[in-house]
Amino acid sequence: MTPPQDQEPEFLHAFTIAANDFAGAGQVSIAVKNLLKEVGFSAQCLRRVAIVAFEAEMNVVMYGGGGGLSVYLAPTLVRLVVEDQGPGIPDLDLAMQEGWSTATPEMREMGFGAGMGLPNIKRNSDRLEIHTSPGRGTKLVAEIILT
Amino acid sequence: MPVKLAQIASWLQAEVLSGHEALEREVLLAHAADMMSDVLAFSHPGSLLLTGLANPQVVRTAEVAGIRAVVFVRGKRPSEAVTLLAQEFDLPLMTTAYSMFDACGLLFAQGLRGWSLPEGRA
Ligand SMILES: Nc1ncnc2c1ncn2[C@@H]1O[C@H](COP(=O)(O)OP(=O)(O)O)[C@@H](O)[C@H]1O
Ligand SMILES: [Mg+2]
Repeated sequence: MTPPQDQEPEFLHAFTIAANDFAGAGQVSIAVKNLLKEVGFSAQCLRRVAIVAFEAEMNVVMYGGGGGLSVYLAPTLVRLVVEDQGPGIPDLDLAMQEGWSTATPEMREMGFGAGMGLPNIKRNSDRLEIHTSPGRGTKLVAEIILT
Repeated sequence: MPVKLAQIASWLQAEVLSGHEALEREVLLAHAADMMSDVLAFSHPGSLLLTGLANPQVVRTAEVAGIRAVVFVRGKRPSEAVTLLAQEFDLPLMTTAYSMFDACGLLFAQGLRGWSLPEGRA
């Protein structure tokens, strides 16, 4: 499924993601969900958007050294842009594999680091682009078609 | 099989930590996990979550995944801040002394199912 060409999404809101804030991590994704709930999409779509946002936010907190999440909206499309200026992902193909993770024991104790975040993001997005380079950070662009 | 939270609490001899007014609500199936990505990947909306983790991410994961209630196993107890967060999301929480295995076994024996069995999805 590709969205119609005329559906260039418009900027809706930008959030800041704090570095290493494990107690607060996830707040931004809940805020994204609440923001889109007001626009009025199906629970199933909201769930997909929130899962993508949440996994991406956790990665920015855990590995990216903080960053930002922006929401763009078209009538039947949500675009999430999640960026950080962290270390980047050296081998993206490897990182996309289910189970591959560099999480520390502390991160695992928090319930993250199963190596399923990026695969979860992929599964819940209709289009996904990840731009990353060592030392320069990571930019993830995910689009979810709303039904 | 839909099961009321009051019934879950009674089967697990669980203490309700938040959502006392919500015990008439029903869960449709159950999911057990300590890894939150596992919950996000596999759980179905309307599920009961059994977990040995008691941090804020459990509550946020539940909110994101559409989990209807959370049971902390082997006597785990979240901090006051986590309980307050759950109240904000209208998410009932309870804690049981049973281990993960025993809590799941007791619920299964009573007829509650997970998503990987056909009966669970019925
Ligand atoms: N924003 C990021 N910056 C740097 N590395 C990342 C980022 N996101 C993911 N990674 C790397 O990719 C790996 C896999 O990510 P993911 O699939 O979300 O699993 P997990 O977070 O459980 O490790 C991480 O362990 C990490 O090494
Ligand atoms: Mg991750």
